[in-house]
Order: sequence, then C-alpha cells, then structure tokens
Amino acid sequence: MNLSLCALQPNEEAVVLELPKEERIANRLREMGLLPGTTIVFVRRAPLGDPLEIRLRGYSLSLRQNEAASILVKKREV
Amino acid sequence: MHPKKHFKCYAVVGNPNSGKTTLFNALTGLRQKVGNYPGVTVEKKSGQFIGQHGEKIELLDLPGSYSLNSHAPDECVTRDVLLGLRSDTPRPDRILCVMDASHLERNLYFITQVLELGLPTIIALNMIDLAQSQGIVIDVQKLSQELDVPVIACQANHQETVLPLKLALSRAEINRSSWAQKLPSPWMRAIDGVAAVWAHAEEKTSQRDPLLRMKSLLLLASPDAEIESLSKEMRAGSALGIALAQRSMLDRELPLWREVLVSARYDRITELCQAAQGRSSVASDAMTHHLDEVLTHPLWGWFGFLGIMGLMFLSIFVIAAYPMSWIEATFGFLGNLVREMIPQGDLRNLISDGIIAGIGGVVTFLPQILVLFFFIGLLEDTGYMARAAFLMDRVMSKVGLHGKSFIPLLSSYACAIPGIMATRTIENAKDRLVTILVAPLMSCSARLPVYALMIAALFPKGTASIWIQGAIMMGLYLFGTFAALGFAWLFKKTILQGETPVFLMELPPYRCPAFKHVFLQMIQRAEMFLKRAGTVILGISVLLWFLASFPKKPSSDARNGNTPSQNTIASATSDKAAQLEYSYAGHFGHFIEPVIAPLGFDWKIGIGLVAAQAAREVFISTLAIIYHVENDEEHPDSLSTTLIQEKRPNGTLVYTPLTCLSILVFFVLSMQCISTLAVVRRETNSLRWPLFQFCYMTGAAYLASLLIYQGGRLLGLM
Repeated sequence: MNLSLCALQPNEEAVVLELPKEERIANRLREMGLLPGTTIVFVRRAPLGDPLEIRLRGYSLSLRQNEAASILVKKREV
Repeated sequence: MHPKKHFKCYAVVGNPNSGKTTLFNALTGLRQKVGNYPGVTVEKKSGQFIGQHGEKIELLDLPGSYSLNSHAPDECVTRDVLLGLRSDTPRPDRILCVMDASHLERNLYFITQVLELGLPTIIALNMIDLAQSQGIVIDVQKLSQELDVPVIACQANHQETVLPLKLALSRAEINRSSWAQKLPSPWMRAIDGVAAVWAHAEEKTSQRDPLLRMKSLLLLASPDAEIESLSKEMRAGSALGIALAQRSMLDRELPLWREVLVSARYDRITELCQAAQGRSSVASDAMTHHLDEVLTHPLWGWFGFLGIMGLMFLSIFVIAAYPMSWIEATFGFLGNLVREMIPQGDLRNLISDGIIAGIGGVVTFLPQILVLFFFIGLLEDTGYMARAAFLMDRVMSKVGLHGKSFIPLLSSYACAIPGIMATRTIENAKDRLVTILVAPLMSCSARLPVYALMIAALFPKGTASIWIQGAIMMGLYLFGTFAALGFAWLFKKTILQGETPVFLMELPPYRCPAFKHVFLQMIQRAEMFLKRAGTVILGISVLLWFLASFPKKPSSDARNGNTPSQNTIASATSDKAAQLEYSYAGHFGHFIEPVIAPLGFDWKIGIGLVAAQAAREVFISTLAIIYHVENDEEHPDSLSTTLIQEKRPNGTLVYTPLTCLSILVFFVLSMQCISTLAVVRRETNSLRWPLFQFCYMTGAAYLASLLIYQGGRLLGLM
C-alpha cells in the first residue's frame, strides 16, 4: 500500500519509494540518508501537528509536513 | 601566498552533534582564538596544544557538516576550507575527523567524502562509551583497516581517553586513505572528463589528483542554479563547459545519476557498518526514547517546555539582577572616588561620567550574557535545544522562521544583546539575520522603567486600578512581540525572501552535559562581547557624554561659588539642566523639535530621546535633570508628579494621556540602544544591517506615534 509519509501513524514502519520532485529538497533528503529503499519508522508528530519525527539509519530526523507530504512510502506490516 | 608554517595544522571536521567542539575543547583547553570568517557570519575557531615531542600543533574547528556537496553557508565554509578555496584560511595539511560511534552510518557519509580528499587523516571515534552502553560493539581495527586511516576510540568528555588521540595527532607521518567511492561507469567517465580538462588548465596538477577529482565530482553534482557560481569559486575555467556537457551525457545514460551518487556511497557504508559493528543501524537509546515520550508529549511536553523556558527567563531577570546591581554600585563608587580625588573640571567629568560610566554600562550586560549562555550551553549539550525547536517550529514557521529562532527572541525580553548573540544556534543565514533584525522589538528590561514612568504619568495617583496599569504594561509587551513577528514575516516576504530552506533537523539523543564545555562557551561569549562590542559601546558612551557636556555654559562655575549651602542641591540640579540645554545635545533637542512636534513631543522630550540612545533608561535620568527633579529612590513618584504638571508655552499640558501614549508606542518600536547596534554590527559583520535596523525601527516608531497622536487629536482626545 503506497501512501504519503504524512499518512503514517506513530511506530509504523515503511520503506521509501519516491522523493519529492523538487531537486533541492530531494538532494538534501538523500544526503541525510533518506533514499528510495531506505526503511524508516514514523516516530511522532510535534504537539502542534508539525513537524514530524522519523527514525532512519539509527538516528532521529525531524522534517516539516510540507516536505514529508511529497515523500511516497510503502507501509511494512510488522 | 601564506607564510610557511613550522607546525602541523589539523582541520577538525565532523557531523553536527558528533561532539566535535567538545573534543576540540578537550584537546586545546583555553588556548583558543574565536573570530569570524570574513564576509560570512560563520564563526572561526582555532586552538593549539603541545604534542608528544613538545611541538606546537594547531587545530582549526570547522563548522559541523553533513556533506561536502551542501549549500548551507556553514557547510560551504567547511567545504571551501577543505578544498583550499578560501583566501583567508590556508588549506589544512591534515584532517581530524570526529565520528559519533553511536551514529556510525550517517557520520560515515561525510567522513568518507573527506577521506577522498587525499589528505593525511585521523578519525576520532567519539562517544564510544555511549555506543557501548547501547550495546553497539565496534571493531575499531576492522574500521581502521577498511577506511585505511588510524581510528582512535575516545570520549571527548573524559580527558584521560583523549590522550591516545593526542599521541596519534603528534605522529610525524600519517597515512593518506586509499578509500575511493566506486560509481557506475558513466559517472566515472564524467569525472575523468572534467578532471582531464581541469588538470590540463592547471598544468602542474595530475588528473588523478584526489583534490581535483573531488572538485570535479562536486561541480558535476551541484544543483543547476549553483553550478556557475561554484565553478567560479573553484576557478574551474574551461572545466565548466565540460561539466555541463558531461551532465547532459549523464542525463541520457544514467537518468538517476544524482540519486546514484548518494546511494552508491550509502550502500558501501551499510556494508562497512555490517562488517565493523555486525549490523548497519541501531535503535534509539532507551533513555532518549523515554524522555521524548514526556518532553515531546502533546500535554506534558508543554509543561516541560514552559518550566524550562520560565526557569531560564527568570534566571536572566532575577539571578542576573544581583551581580548587575553590584556592578552598578561598584562603578558608582568608583565614579565618586574619582570625583573626590581629582579636582573639578573636564578631566574629572570625562573620567567619572564618561569613561567610568561607559565601562560600567558595558560590564552591566555581562551577568545576563553569562546566565543566558550557561542555559544555552546546557540546552544544546543535553539535546533539549532541538526539542524546543521541534515544539515551537509550527508557531515560528507561520512568520517564515525556524523553531530555533524562539530562544533568541525569548531572551530578548531580558536584553536584546544576549538574544542576538544567541542567534548563533540558527544555521540558516537568512533566518538568523531576520531574527537579529526583529529581536530588539521584544520589550527588553531597559524599557521597563520608561513604561512604568509613563504609565504613572498617564494615571495620576488613584485614577486607575493596578489592574488597568498592569493591563497596559502587558499590552506594551504584546505589542512589541507582535511587531517583532510581523516584521519578521514582512522581511521574509520582501528583502530577505528566497527559497525557503529545507527544514531538516536532527534530534540528537539526550546526553549528560559537559560542564567544562558549557563554561568555556560562557567565557568565550563574554570575552567576545567585551572585546568586540565593548569598545564600540564605550566609545559611543564617551561621545554622548561629550555631546551633553559641551560647549560649556560660561557662568555656571562662578555662580556655584556664591551659592548659600542649603541651596546647593537645588542649584546644582538647575545648573545641570541649564548646562544640558546649552550643550550640543540640548541644541539637537531644539533642532529636532519641528520633526517630533507632530508626535506630541517638545524639545525637552527631544533631549531625552537623544540621550536615550546610550540606553533607554537614560531617558528617565535625563528628564529628571531637565525638570530639576532629584531622581532618588526616596521619591520615586516625584518625577511623574512633576511631569503631569508640566505646561507648554501656550499653557496647555505637555504630558496629556495622548502624549504619554505616543511616547510609550515610540519606546516599544524605536531602536534606541547603541550597544545593541554595536553587537548587530559585530554579529552581521557589516554596517549595513545595523543601519537598516536603526532606520526601520525608528521609522516604524515615528509612524506609529504620529498615527496615535494625530489620530487621537482628530478624534478629539487630548
């Protein structure tokens, strides 16, 4: 099931399928280790709903909903 | 070129949060120099230590970086120094990479890029204790073998574990790594093509030179919008044309070439991590997990946040107030001492009222700066700073800022100076500048006495309850806050617009703070403030003293001698008032009267506004002099009682409620603090921004006061 990273619930695991089209954003995400095929865990939303916290490659990264919305992921059933 | 150095110079590089600066501090102690890279607002830190054989070894702490192929200003400095592109900083001859052992995978991305530069390199595997406590076992020897450079495990916060690293840094010869990232053949061909042309142009360089190959790679990988500026910076010359051609070749033959460049490196790192620590990545540590469950919880998170911010804010206000009053008392005492020891005259006045008062004015800021930087150091070291930004980002993003702008703005309620110095935690240059520009709109503690006086003049005794007065005070603070946020929004939309930076922030694990590091940072900030801003503030204080004391009113000395003793005080104050009126400052007050009259201000208020440029609270002591009021603590109300009786030449009252309101609004918005401007000049490395800040704030204050006063008169209010 393919969906946007924003649609994940806390503690759900997913694999990244597609990065945002905008090259500048995609490049930054890639260099932080978020690549197609990378497994991520959605950790939580900030208390005000934005930004989000995800875990990947052994560290925690926070990113805004804006950017996360155009990251396509595939949920991994645990 | 640069003079030949006789000692080894290492560049210290690593990811943010890798403990790089803590390790740098552990190695160099207090033998550090802090400055700025010319032209950018990035801090330059260098230090020294004595090596094993008694030789001097120099370390240059470069800004934390996630990648060489990055375009944030801080990271560009790191890249440019490593590539030898900065004319102000010689290319280091060796590199010390700091790597967080508990985040091997992400750290290695940047570190392997650095290894490919072909410089002698040592890797410090920092926080090895934390990694072990999380059950991560790293085969250091294996890692060293794979990366082909010495890897030394250490804990930056434990001095004794740093010793082996010092020994390694003292070695005469250090290996250059043979690590080279393999890429698909179109990529390799593209790099070969660019490097060949470049090498040909530079003549002496071989096309296999690792530095040249890395430059070629970075040129090829740069974003479309930046390839030309980067090529200019790297002096690529004709290699740019080849790079553009090779990029179209890559587009055809390897459509995902940008992605492949990154994924190939990460793939190799994943393999390496599996070999060195048995798995690629690890789960978060339990303590961080549990703490975050509370500290970023939708309800408890706010309690924690308010508690921590409240404690910090109160400490700046309350704890710093004690040393501040001691400092004031000391300088007051010194001033009196001078008055007693030196015979009356200009020299005495210059020393006591100009220089000593000026130095005192600089030093009083120190307690607030120290307290604030103690907290900031603590928040950064523990990892809470990133959580505070995580919580507040939504609010700050509404006006186009980053969550990290919150703490500098909050601190500015106490004093804009430490607040502006605290913007160093904001990585994005534009966000940082906007935060600096609006920070002085947050009502600082120097405005408080002015607010109190004007509110007292607004409501003569008993005409308003304490609640209404409190509400007005609160309204002034809110007005300043909304003005700051409004202007931030405006600046982000207009003069400082541009692409919104991608907001990606690491949330580092919680850690026990290294107090040595925290105190060192406090001392450095204080020293920097005294050295860079202090001298300017002192100079301007003396200048303002001069403007208020010269030219001399001729008759005052002669009359002073004949005054009967019981009238000395009264006559001294009226002398002072006459002198002030006669001085340049007094002339200036008269001179600007036509400009400020539409705001409801007369020339006496004008003098007060001129004097308030030294510091806002000086407005009160100046008014006290002008209106012949002994401004002492026994009669705190005497000034406001005098004010409300003051009449204009035509017999109407000066301090009508409308004028008081106009003054209040003027003080909320206007830039009346030379010290802040001096700090802004220092932090932005330019004269343009403090000038702009002065103009926009004072302009806004003028317009707002004009609107209030003239609008109020139109509505028939007086």
